[in-house]
Amino acid sequence: MQPDLECVNLTRRFGDTVAVDNVSFEVPRGSFFSILGPSGCGKTTIMRMIAGFLEPSAGDILIRGGSVIDTPPNKRPVNMVFQHLALFPMMNIADNIGYGLRRAGMPRAEIATKVEQALERIGLPGIGERKINELSGGQKQRVAIARCMVLEPDVLLLDEPLGALDLKLRERMKVELKALQAAFDTTFVYITHDQSEALVMSDDIAVMNEGRFEQVGSGQDLYYRPDTAFVAGFVGDTNRWAGRIERTEGDGIELRTDSGMLMRGAAHGRVLSAGDRAEIFVRPEAIRIAHSAEELSHFDNQMTGRVGSILFNGAASRIIVQDSSGNGEIEVNLPQSGEFSTLTRGSEVQIGWSGAQGNCFAAAVS
Amino acid sequence: MSKLKAICLSTVASSAIVLAIPASADTLRLLTWGGYAPEEVIAKFEAETGHTVEVTTSNNEQMIAKLRATGGGGFDLAQPSQDRIAGPQAEFGIYKPIDMSKIDTSLFIPSMLEATQGNTTVDGAVYGVPHVWGTSGLVLDTKMAASVKDYTDLCSDDVAGKVSYRLKRPTLIGFAFAMGLDPFAAYGDEAAYSEVMAQVEAKLTDCKPNVKTYWGGGDELIGLVRSGEVVASMAWDAGGWQLNADNPDINFVAPASGALGWIDTFALPAKGRADDAAYDWINFVMRPDIAAMITEASSYFTASQGADEFVNEAQKAQFQASFPQEAIDNIKWYPPVPAGLEAIEGGVLDRVKAAN
Amino acid sequence: MRAEAKLGFILLLSPLVVWLSLLILIPHIDMLLVSLRERVGVGEYRISLANYLTFINEPLYLRTFIRTAMMSILATTITLLIAFPVSYYIAKIARGRVQSALFLLCLVPFWVSELVRTFGWMILLRETGIISNLLQALGLVDGPVELLYNDAAIMVGLVYTSMLFMVVPLVTTLESLPDEVIEAGYDLGGNGISVLREIIIPHATPGIVSGCIVVFMLSLGNYLTPIMLGGKDSLWFTELIYSQFIVRFNWELGAAFGFLLLGLSSFIVWGMLKLTGQSLEKTMG
Repeated sequence: MQPDLECVNLTRRFGDTVAVDNVSFEVPRGSFFSILGPSGCGKTTIMRMIAGFLEPSAGDILIRGGSVIDTPPNKRPVNMVFQHLALFPMMNIADNIGYGLRRAGMPRAEIATKVEQALERIGLPGIGERKINELSGGQKQRVAIARCMVLEPDVLLLDEPLGALDLKLRERMKVELKALQAAFDTTFVYITHDQSEALVMSDDIAVMNEGRFEQVGSGQDLYYRPDTAFVAGFVGDTNRWAGRIERTEGDGIELRTDSGMLMRGAAHGRVLSAGDRAEIFVRPEAIRIAHSAEELSHFDNQMTGRVGSILFNGAASRIIVQDSSGNGEIEVNLPQSGEFSTLTRGSEVQIGWSGAQGNCFAAAVS
Repeated sequence: MSKLKAICLSTVASSAIVLAIPASADTLRLLTWGGYAPEEVIAKFEAETGHTVEVTTSNNEQMIAKLRATGGGGFDLAQPSQDRIAGPQAEFGIYKPIDMSKIDTSLFIPSMLEATQGNTTVDGAVYGVPHVWGTSGLVLDTKMAASVKDYTDLCSDDVAGKVSYRLKRPTLIGFAFAMGLDPFAAYGDEAAYSEVMAQVEAKLTDCKPNVKTYWGGGDELIGLVRSGEVVASMAWDAGGWQLNADNPDINFVAPASGALGWIDTFALPAKGRADDAAYDWINFVMRPDIAAMITEASSYFTASQGADEFVNEAQKAQFQASFPQEAIDNIKWYPPVPAGLEAIEGGVLDRVKAAN
Repeated sequence: MRAEAKLGFILLLSPLVVWLSLLILIPHIDMLLVSLRERVGVGEYRISLANYLTFINEPLYLRTFIRTAMMSILATTITLLIAFPVSYYIAKIARGRVQSALFLLCLVPFWVSELVRTFGWMILLRETGIISNLLQALGLVDGPVELLYNDAAIMVGLVYTSMLFMVVPLVTTLESLPDEVIEAGYDLGGNGISVLREIIIPHATPGIVSGCIVVFMLSLGNYLTPIMLGGKDSLWFTELIYSQFIVRFNWELGAAFGFLLLGLSSFIVWGMLKLTGQSLEKTMG
């Protein structure tokens, strides 16, 4: 099937800086595609080029197979939900949603029906006469999406629309957005710097850094099988150490961190050899914690250490373990069974993890 | 202790000195016309008497309005025209009588002093002594506007669009004389005066298309004439002589019906605080040598007896060119304006201004 | 503690009260009393409405009044039409240094006095002025042209004098309109005209109204510009007031005119607010 959106070698320069560097990707019809990256990585630039507010320096943008490079923003079959939603404060809700339809020259009666349908669809029937500032943050969000969706765009762009919401509401809106996408059955392109938003909602995620896509894949791919050190470090929480490889054995490697800890890891097919500088990433939840060394005997990484500090955060509670030498620090998730709830600072603990969980990348040449 | 005493004493002494100065040397707040108090005259006066002079330049109407607003305060000496003293004084009481014993009357041209005293007497008290006098007549570019002999000629086609005059009472009076009427004779009779003014109004309304603009201040007029945008205008003689110095073609001409003579006076505002300084100023500027300095600076002639001898030849020549003996005899001196006439004139001026 | 708070409140309020009463309230009451006085003889007055009747019975005054109001409304409209694109450019298109430089350019004429500004226009427009000479040099006209002393010259002067007072509120309100709202307008299918009509102008309405009020008041109350640039046909209501006070010594009629002008301007501002559905709090706040 033809992808809804396709970018080919998209490049955008601002003076000497390259904001977007030769990016190509496709978004299949009806999917939820996220571009995840830190601020300043160029994701907003991509979004604005797709919407038509910026012209690419090179490359092409195709929507349903047709190039839209020469189409002005108000003619593109693409609509955008802005970061701060950009609802029109001078209009009531019905007029906001009906704005695009009015511009398209639809008869009044038809607009009214469409608007009412859209309001029902977002679960806010009968509020058309209200003013924008009478709505809650979540309701505004839904109105902003409805305002775009009545135009039945081929692609809906969302520019970090959850950024301004408080945490609880953000969690709920993630679920709701995903549900709305399914309900409207439209291709969503979502940009965010919040990995949890991307992971929860997306079918595919592109991780972007310094104008390039580092990796495109499902949430699981990015989380468990990062292609680059940047992805490993950016997606999900992780322990990260730099060190030197002491020995390689097939895919397995042995690395001495700069803080002096010796640990085993896996190259996952990347070419690494003894003596190379490398970085190793281990997720806190991959590390097991035990009272005795026997329980961890099946792990090829085992360590004894002391609890340096306890970071209590309900289900996501962690401890920071200091190794015996006292130089290395390791973040470890506490099991939710509560069996370690009695740990205190300074308690001695055993930790261990499988070498396959230690993702190893050649250190960036610096 | 003694040191403290010394400080106290010196403080008292110095404040006494500060307080003592005003008794002999005052600040004279002078409300006058532009050119009547040249810098060098003020400097000389301050050096001789120790007084300081603060000058505010104004015109007849503003002088009266300012003094009326404060009930005659804010200034120590004013210089309204002699015909504009009696009316406002009767109405608003803004001046105080002049003590003639403090004025050196020998400095004045006797006829002018007498006439001014007569015109500024209210309830037996004198409120004004003469200072500067002059006339209003015509300033002409003699090459471009040779046909203009009188005010009414300003309305002829020869000078269409290149004419200017003030929209003020002297224009009304001047036109009335040029039209063969006698407004001064009608001063005492409001009905007759209204009739005269009605005719003048009709004439000025007809004449309006000829006018480039109504000038407001002397500098504006000089600019208009110097640039050649205006070739004939009703104006003061001094303005004409100033222009004549730059361009010999331009000169002041006494109109056939007679120039209108005005005398600006010295009058003491009712709430003036430095009368002594005011009298000092009057006696100072009326000295022939000082009066000549004023004439030289501004081209205005003064009522100072004997100042002619100190005036330079060029200015004398200009005066004689503009005023042959018969023109001098023909000068119409403004009699005091009775209260109430201004309202009639005001209506006329407003209607002329509004006419299309 | 409460007493202290109260004292603080009184201290904070007193300058305002003093200012209002000394500079606004008392002079106005005095003017009202003067306007209700009729002169019957030398120094004799009685209370009557004669001054207001004079205004009604003399078509000249009424005509001047209406003319002043109409010209002021026209000047306000022209100022708005010129200032809006300028403000939009300053607020939304220009960035950084260019933005401040442009704003400064609008401000610079106000560093010199109104007299000098008006005189500048006289130098440009007069018969022997720069524009006239330029036109002759270019061969566009045969002889000198007089551009001064007509209503168009008054209009130019009024618009020029008022510009800043329209630009400042407009820039402020336009700056408060997020760029993304304008972009959303385009994104959802709007073109330049519809975005302007449905989004930018409704958003800028408080700024437009407050700018218009200020400019209208300034034009209505202007004295120098109409007199100097209008010449023999200037005919401005403030000129009438001035001449009643200063030239005619007729304070009574002048005060009555002053009150009529106050009433007229208040009425027109009220009408403008009603017409645009704005309230004074909204536009001035």
